[in-house]
Amino acid sequence: MERESDTLGALNTTATGSDASAGGPLVSVQGLTKLFPVGGNLFRKPSGFIHAVDDVSFQLAQGESLGLVGESGCGKTTVGKLLVKLLEPSGGSISFRFADEGRDGDSEPVVDPSAIRGRQLRSFRRQVQMIFQDPYESMNPRRTIYDIISEPLSVQGIGDVQDRVDRVVEILTLVGLTPAGTFLFRHPHELSGGQRQRVAIARALVIRPSFVVADEPTSMLDVSSRTGVMTLMQDLAQDLGVAYLYVTHDLAVARYMCHRIAVMYLGKVVELAETEELLRNPLHPYTKALLSAVPLPDPGAHREPPDIRGDLATPIDPPSRCRFYDRCPVATAYCLNHPHPPMEDKSPGHMVACYEV
Amino acid sequence: MTERPRPLLEVDGLSLNYRTRQAEVLAVREVSFQLARGESLGLVGESGCGKTSVANCLMRLLPDNARISAGRVMLDGQDILLMSEEDMRLHRWKRIAMVFQAAMNVLDPVYRVGHQIVEAIEAHGVEDTDAGARERVARLFRMVGLDPQLMERYPHEFSGGMRQRAVIAMALSCDPDLIIADEPTTALDVIVQDRILRELKGIQQELGMSVIYISHDIAVVAEVTDTVGVMYAGRLVEMGDTADIFRTPIHPYTAALMSAFPSVVGERRPLASLPGEPPNLADPPPGCPFHPRCAHATEVCRTQYPPQVSRGGQWAACWHPLDATLAPAG
Repeated sequence: MERESDTLGALNTTATGSDASAGGPLVSVQGLTKLFPVGGNLFRKPSGFIHAVDDVSFQLAQGESLGLVGESGCGKTTVGKLLVKLLEPSGGSISFRFADEGRDGDSEPVVDPSAIRGRQLRSFRRQVQMIFQDPYESMNPRRTIYDIISEPLSVQGIGDVQDRVDRVVEILTLVGLTPAGTFLFRHPHELSGGQRQRVAIARALVIRPSFVVADEPTSMLDVSSRTGVMTLMQDLAQDLGVAYLYVTHDLAVARYMCHRIAVMYLGKVVELAETEELLRNPLHPYTKALLSAVPLPDPGAHREPPDIRGDLATPIDPPSRCRFYDRCPVATAYCLNHPHPPMEDKSPGHMVACYEV
Repeated sequence: MTERPRPLLEVDGLSLNYRTRQAEVLAVREVSFQLARGESLGLVGESGCGKTSVANCLMRLLPDNARISAGRVMLDGQDILLMSEEDMRLHRWKRIAMVFQAAMNVLDPVYRVGHQIVEAIEAHGVEDTDAGARERVARLFRMVGLDPQLMERYPHEFSGGMRQRAVIAMALSCDPDLIIADEPTTALDVIVQDRILRELKGIQQELGMSVIYISHDIAVVAEVTDTVGVMYAGRLVEMGDTADIFRTPIHPYTAALMSAFPSVVGERRPLASLPGEPPNLADPPPGCPFHPRCAHATEVCRTQYPPQVSRGGQWAACWHPLDATLAPAG
């Protein structure tokens, strides 16, 4: 434990550290951008760039859960991967401010994942973990549940074998796989989808990270096991003080899982607000369309078709105007001739990127 | 009595087993239901509950290890389970068509999309001339909201939503009486899903087709169907008008399924979670298959399969219906 804290402390402890320690956010993302080249190879220049994530900014507090919602291809998963350093950003900055248990009282270190090199990455992963969408693909089928969950512990050098067994049993009990002893030496194929996703959660949480990116963790599960996994993730977030970036295409799921929701469209965050505020009072025309397209589990309800034109475009070198212009029902000449609108506060905590709001 | 016209589809006591190396899996158990012309039915349930197996029986598209052990499937008075393979081949697509979940696997990647549908039309003798068939495909493309020029494109040039529309156009190509849509929009984003469901519903009303929707998404089923059948462990456990099923479910499983479903509107009520997992169909529990997960289960549930109780046109198989006045004697 001591050892890791020291390494963490050695990471980019910036001068603003003391400034941020007054209850600042856990994660700050500023102007985050990720471009993927299209075509091109060793000898040829790429013909263009996919603007997967384009100038995205948000903050996440300790223990908070932020939903990142949008259609496939909007860049939400890319944001998640950038935050856990599975991808390197093309521009912008990410900084983490971990409450450091090992160093009592003095300045808390601010960590910039893109500056992390070599061994420091291990300390970073101690704090930042990811849960993947597909519980069938994200586990080695040859290893036992104990192997899978204890691996982060051995990578991090936490405890001896007996300690690890205790911790694995403890976390299995926490995620509701009981009696834990009967699961330790099973293999992933012996478990149902819901149980596997619980193992994935256990693996991410066994080292007590401060921040977890959950990429559609329930979209492949049945309704019944989905509720269980959702409730479990909420309970654990409260008990362990974990903050989530919850990536999902399902607004109804985000409503239950997240304190705030950010709506993404073609690489841009177009609206960000407290969950209930966003659902009751959506301001951006895209958010409105997305919300009105969600089917309602009530046979009597009448739902108007969403007010949106055309299909999702590919964000390859998009024009500088508003990304939503071509599909927008309220677009004007002003929108055509001006750059993509900036995110502005329309009411406290409710930010929208639209000229017509 | 003779007032009511004969339903388009009558499924009676249908049972299906899959033989595996270890055991006989009882995938569908004594499923019976009817579907009138022009109506739509939703089959809902968790994965592995047998809803797709029922669809595969109706299409007679079953793997080699499957055996229909009992039951009749009457389509317009004709038992399709007794048809020869040759008759069935002509019957399929022309009378019953299916929209599969994985649209990519239905379209052959090396042929132009339009050509594949023209081929299906000609194979079933729906149009005599090539020009007629092509004209028909162009009409179908417009109907499902695709530009007829896209007929000349290959499947990989289509987005997920476009492929799903092409597959719907293919299913409509021979004017079937019944379309089975197996999770038709599960892989799609909500805005595209909304469009496709509206189109499918509009076409259904326009052409007077019957549709069976198979989905695990009860919100989709709530919006597009007239009646709903809830399946659990290979059995139909509740059935009735969609509005009745959603407002006043009789079976505890139906109620649990409903209350586990998050919604974006209304009060943010806590989600109820359903404990446990569906049973292993190679070795289902005795009595009511839902009893190990049911809060109302008593001794009788553990030993005897429950009788049907009904209220109006809605019925459920349960010893302890949520409407206590319906409780069966025993």
